[in-house]
Amino acid sequence: MHGSPELPLSFTLNGDAVSVEADPAARLLDLLRYDLGMTGTKEGCGEGECGACTVWIDGLPADSCLVPAFQVDGREVRTIESVDPARLGPLLSSGATQCGACTPGVVMTGLWILENPGLLRSHAIRELMAGNLCRCTGYDGIIEGIEAALGTRS
Amino acid sequence: MERIEGLAKLTGRERYVDDLQVDGALWGMTVRSRAPRGRIREIRFDPAVDWSEIVVVDHRDIPGANEVLLIEPDQPVLAAERVRHVHEPVLLLAHPSREVVRRAAHAIEIEVDPEPPYLDVSVPPRPDQLQRGEDNVFKRLRIEKGDVDTALARAARVVEGEYRTGAQEHVYIETQGMLAWEENGVVFIKGSLQCPYYVHKAAIRALGREPDGVRIVQAATGGGFGGKEEYPSMIALHAALLTLAADRPVKIVYDRGEDMEATTKRHPAIVRHRTGVDADGRLVAQDIDVVMDGGAYVTLSPVVLSRGIIHASGPYRCENVRIHGRVMLTNSPPHGAFRGFGAPQTHFANERHMDVVAAAAGLDPIELRRRNLLLDGDETATGQRIVDGVDRIALLDQAVDLSGWREKEAAHAELARTDPWLRRGMGLACFHHGAGFTGSGEVMLASRLDVAGLPDGRVEVRSANIEMGQGTLTIFTAIAAARLGLAPSEVAIAEADTGRVPNSGPTVASRTAMIVGRLVEEACDDLRLRLGLPADARGEEIRQAVREHARATGEETVGRAEYEPPRGVLWDDATYRGDAYAAYGWGAYVAEVEVDLRTWATRVVDFVAVQDVGTVLHRTLAAGQVQGGVAQGIGWALMEECRWKDGAMQNAQLTNYIVPTSFDLPPIRVHFGETPWPGGPMGAKGLGELPIDGPAPAVVNAVARAIGVAPTEIPLTPERLMDLDRRAEGRHARIA
Repeated sequence: MHGSPELPLSFTLNGDAVSVEADPAARLLDLLRYDLGMTGTKEGCGEGECGACTVWIDGLPADSCLVPAFQVDGREVRTIESVDPARLGPLLSSGATQCGACTPGVVMTGLWILENPGLLRSHAIRELMAGNLCRCTGYDGIIEGIEAALGTRS
Repeated sequence: MERIEGLAKLTGRERYVDDLQVDGALWGMTVRSRAPRGRIREIRFDPAVDWSEIVVVDHRDIPGANEVLLIEPDQPVLAAERVRHVHEPVLLLAHPSREVVRRAAHAIEIEVDPEPPYLDVSVPPRPDQLQRGEDNVFKRLRIEKGDVDTALARAARVVEGEYRTGAQEHVYIETQGMLAWEENGVVFIKGSLQCPYYVHKAAIRALGREPDGVRIVQAATGGGFGGKEEYPSMIALHAALLTLAADRPVKIVYDRGEDMEATTKRHPAIVRHRTGVDADGRLVAQDIDVVMDGGAYVTLSPVVLSRGIIHASGPYRCENVRIHGRVMLTNSPPHGAFRGFGAPQTHFANERHMDVVAAAAGLDPIELRRRNLLLDGDETATGQRIVDGVDRIALLDQAVDLSGWREKEAAHAELARTDPWLRRGMGLACFHHGAGFTGSGEVMLASRLDVAGLPDGRVEVRSANIEMGQGTLTIFTAIAAARLGLAPSEVAIAEADTGRVPNSGPTVASRTAMIVGRLVEEACDDLRLRLGLPADARGEEIRQAVREHARATGEETVGRAEYEPPRGVLWDDATYRGDAYAAYGWGAYVAEVEVDLRTWATRVVDFVAVQDVGTVLHRTLAAGQVQGGVAQGIGWALMEECRWKDGAMQNAQLTNYIVPTSFDLPPIRVHFGETPWPGGPMGAKGLGELPIDGPAPAVVNAVARAIGVAPTEIPLTPERLMDLDRRAEGRHARIA
């Protein structure tokens, strides 16, 4: 498609082994959305500012618009499609989503906080969420939802 | 009740236009002018590209009129002979590969013989910059009440000020996009949009088709804020032209850069005030002049100006008011609808000015406002008598109390004595926002809405009003369920498809819940009537009657409603007198800020938002509207700056067009007065836009009080604040 050679690429996607032929310079975001049809991950800015395209790579949140596809070879990628809806009740009730375009990225970062609560010893939730721009909520619904989910956990 | 589509959004299952994957679809791309004004001399295609594999469309391929029809037909779908702004669409391309079509767009050179652009509305156009009439004025409006000149001459004090507000980019997180295809001779256009029937009207005009030859369908829409009111018509037409030329489905999705540099922004404005007060600080005259930069084509500018001037004198009582407004043609990309629609600009000026007036009158900002706020029975600048039972002084007092104003002021004075760098201040704004279209607008829209009984006993609301995050689906469901005594799960909301739903008007102007929500109630009542049920029939009676009627007739029963203005609401467009809006929301916001004199950065540390918007239909959704609006308002006040050069935005990326993050904002504390308004569904008034009117003046007034400067322009960036302090007396700069 780009006229450049496609290379074989293998990684774990949401727990499943995936092997694809891909332009190594393609963005992970496009590989997920257009080649693998996993459109839950959204593009907001394409330059790593807004966080809408946040996925996990080896357990850490990353902007998939900034990751060349070859970089996930042999690694573990987790996207919004892997998230159990049953965990999202607190975010639904708190008004964490309005238009929904930033939401998958917000959920992936929020989940990272939930699964790594030790982060909160050194950082506030507002600081940890600062890489995910939301233009609808003013963030209160998001912060309250994550707080509520943390409360549920403990 | 939870947000209807909330879980789909939280799990990423909601399908936006770029998530719709269509076999055989081409990617469309727009080739744009690089010059702000001039005559197209030549279009050069790089011979290194194989153009035979690329679909190319220009203005000659438009089957109907080359017009993006809205208020005036002046804006072309594709520029033919001249361009009037940078990034004006000239050509369209399509190809199966997005990469190929992007590269092709860069391989086209549009040569323009330049003509002098007009870019600064603070100075009149030179003769060689004239492009409309004798003065480049798109629209001039005036409001006159009493005798301003005599009142100013007799006033104890006259206070003057000039205030400026910058363009603001919407930054909806989903960029704009459209998918078009042809099916059995009908052109379908589906995408991210607020107003299906605006797109429909523009499409039948430019495509030269009968109304049933075009169908507009809304896809899930990732934020709008006004930015998807008019520009989607342009993209829809482009996608449609390409699909007709290619005989294949075509998708156009803007990347962030294209979206920011080419689509509309909030109108920049300059507002001048001359205000007379008596010895007690009561307003005796308001003389206000409003100038807005409309950009290159009319789009919605006349109505933005209208709403701007109607709100320009604030929620205050004054016998003598003169407001002159004009919106100018410039060679910037057209400015357009943005939440608040002209009112945030004039409210910023008025509320910032009120603090200046208070200082001149020797009153504190709270007391000046308490003396002048409209009481029930008072008249606005247009002569509208306000009798809605809202106690506007009580709202102000509540906001002040909740903010801890008095105690904090004492603490701030102590901080200023003890801390070398940090200063804090409290700031206030009182404001209002008319819900629904201005003046006779709702009467002219004549919105229609249906509620149909489905064969399975459920009902379906059919409206053209869309969900873009603000909660339409949930609110309409709640209103219909309450009206008919059904469970929310028994209410469906039809997809906004012009082939299936009547025209209930655009999803703008804080009108959806209040005006269209009322139509939902009326259509429910009409459905009950058509089912032959008594007016108090609910629940099981409705369910049964709907099923039986479908069985007996083989047809669904449809309840219908059409807008009628509330009794006694009268407006005269010729004189600009009368009831400008059926109802107003009222707000009193207090900001506490901290300024760091080392960096000149301002941080909002507390924010209290008190408003009365009638009955609150849904707590979480309503609070979310307020918090989101406040966040946008704080961004506009402090950091969101469009940098222009030769008519082009220089910072069309989120790296250097800065919007607030979660770390930049305090929790927004939201409180509602709830004085029911009988004209709205369950007593509700419009809400969506009100919250963006108050934050900018509240925050800037707080900065002014924190460090003793008098800012007049937003965004009040650190650079601007430092310059302001140096120009004033350099007090803080010397300390630093």
